Amino acid sequence: MYVPTMAELTAEGKKPDVLFWVGCAGSYDERAKKITRAFVKILNAANVNFAVLGTEESCSGDPAKRAGNEFLFQMQAMTNIEIMNAYEVEKVVTACPHCYNTIKNEYSKLGGNYEVVHHTEMLQQLINDKKLTIEEGEYTGKKITFHDPCYLGRANDVYEAPRSLINEMEGELLEMASCKADAMCCGAGGAQMFKEAEKGDKEVFIERIEDALETKADIIVTACPYCMVMMTDGLKYKNKEEELKNYDIAELIEQTLKL
Amino acid sequence: MYYLPNIFFIIIMVFGFSLFAKNIKKLIRNVKLGRDIDRDDNVSERWRNVLTVALGQSKMTKNPIAGVLHIIVFAGFIIINFELLEIIIDGVFGTHRIFSFAGGLYSFLINFFEILAFLVIVSVVVFWIRRNILRISRFHNPEMKGWAFKDANNILYIETLLMSAFLIMNAADFNLQQLGAEHYTLTGSFAISKFIAPMFSGMSETSLMVIERGAWWFHIIGILFFMNYLYWSKHLHILFAFPNVFYSKLQPKGELDNLESVTNEVKLMMDPNADPFAVDAGGEEEMGKLGASDVLDLNWVQIMNSYTCTECGRCTDVCPANETGKLLSPRNIMMKTRDRIEEIGKIVDKKGKFEDDGKTLLNDYITPEELWACTTCNACTEACPVQNDPLSIIVDLRRFLVLEQSAAPTELNMMMTNIENNGAPWQYSIADRLNWKDEDTKA
Repeated sequence: MYVPTMAELTAEGKKPDVLFWVGCAGSYDERAKKITRAFVKILNAANVNFAVLGTEESCSGDPAKRAGNEFLFQMQAMTNIEIMNAYEVEKVVTACPHCYNTIKNEYSKLGGNYEVVHHTEMLQQLINDKKLTIEEGEYTGKKITFHDPCYLGRANDVYEAPRSLINEMEGELLEMASCKADAMCCGAGGAQMFKEAEKGDKEVFIERIEDALETKADIIVTACPYCMVMMTDGLKYKNKEEELKNYDIAELIEQTLKL
Repeated sequence: MYYLPNIFFIIIMVFGFSLFAKNIKKLIRNVKLGRDIDRDDNVSERWRNVLTVALGQSKMTKNPIAGVLHIIVFAGFIIINFELLEIIIDGVFGTHRIFSFAGGLYSFLINFFEILAFLVIVSVVVFWIRRNILRISRFHNPEMKGWAFKDANNILYIETLLMSAFLIMNAADFNLQQLGAEHYTLTGSFAISKFIAPMFSGMSETSLMVIERGAWWFHIIGILFFMNYLYWSKHLHILFAFPNVFYSKLQPKGELDNLESVTNEVKLMMDPNADPFAVDAGGEEEMGKLGASDVLDLNWVQIMNSYTCTECGRCTDVCPANETGKLLSPRNIMMKTRDRIEEIGKIVDKKGKFEDDGKTLLNDYITPEELWACTTCNACTEACPVQNDPLSIIVDLRRFLVLEQSAAPTELNMMMTNIENNGAPWQYSIADRLNWKDEDTKA
């Protein structure tokens, strides 16, 4: 696995084509780290000239902003923008829809203007450019359902990239009763990830895992580290973690390509 | 004596329209009590939204039954109101069916109006059944008790009465034509009222004229009444939906605005050349209040949103927090905002300006428990047929809680402390940020 940092490349007088923004979950969360590695392996396989910020990366500020802490958000944003601008970053890819939304939509007004893509969009682009070829594999004919992350779907209208990747793997896509623009939230957005839910009669993730189970799919796929945590909790709650697997799209591709 | 009806007509018209104008002016004043926000960009895209979302009702048809029925009622009301023109001319000049000289075209139009009127009645009946017999759940959330529920039914009753008056008037008119009554120009029978007409056959000319004139007056006074009822009703959306859609947010749904006052402050803090001892007395005041604790801290589009909300509950129906039994209801956020701006409007009416009444939108109307249940998933804004943005109000109120009162839930405070200390919402060391690359268990 080749993971250059921006600092290393700059020292060598090189410049990557794209910055892979790993995000906090992708850096620290055990489950999300697997997604990060899967995506890096694919980038390596497709010979993408990328780099990460490594220890120079800091929280995008999304949970702070959505919790109402505009101060902390802008401190984070401006620090990150300063670093990215110093490295003359032009394009950013990330596997976290929250970072994606924040950097794409909210950094631009603070002086950070980059082309920002979600990893599913980039993977689709690599396939279109023939830099990546997916043939039949482990997931051919498998029943797969896709949970739309709010910050990828409704927030930014990206619905097709993840679905077309499932298609590339020739998986059988089974849509949940509510999907795409009408998809139900996993319950983790808006800083809910970091707190207990308010009093109610059910956890949001349980409601959403029930939608997923109703499709009778074998695999639940998502494209967000927070959604991943929620889906995993949901499967545990329903005692289904042995029968059903939940993966990020990058992991499906990693396995299909046997990386 | 001969001119008495004309004079009476003119008086009630002037009265009805002035009262309406007075209330609309008050509504506009209340909307303008909100903070400024620039929504004059991309005018062509805004007009396109008005055409598709407001006029074309593109978001209504997501629910096909309610959507199609609503389009019928909407089209019916707009088109039948062309009749109003004839009513006004007849009323002022004492003429009868002034446009009937148009012959075939006139009959065609009236037939068309009658069919629409009938379809409106059918739709309204279905709406009533959905609300009262089928008791569709979104019409019966806690915030729908009391006036909200009565208001919804009142609208349905008024619409039925208005349409019925129009049909009854035509049916009686047809009978009068048959009797050769003076003034009653022959227009032939009409598509729907011809089925009502036989009920009146055999009646004397006088009784028929009482029915015809009665229905005519009922129709016009009813319209004036309904127009003025809007001010107190969720039905106000028939007017506000258009500007509301025009001024709605065009950015991606996920994008929240950046507080400009904070930007200036943060830039100053991060600028190595900034003089930390520069005169900064009253810096707090300079920044102004951060976030919103009351309705006057919201921008005017958010206040307009609250007046436009027709309480359909599609937002609350798809809200993940509400679906799982939490207190939050995006519709209630809109309704409470309207209640509060109305209350503030009354204070301004009385005292000429707003004077603190010891109440605020936050706490007295909307509780922190509701606000903290939001996942900012945008399901509510996606669902709203008139492009309301309850999420922006929730975020503004959260901002006040956090920035002005440091009143975030403990766990969120921990999350924010972690971001401040180590650049991540969890307590991990920055030095470990790249550890994932050497932890590949499979390799």
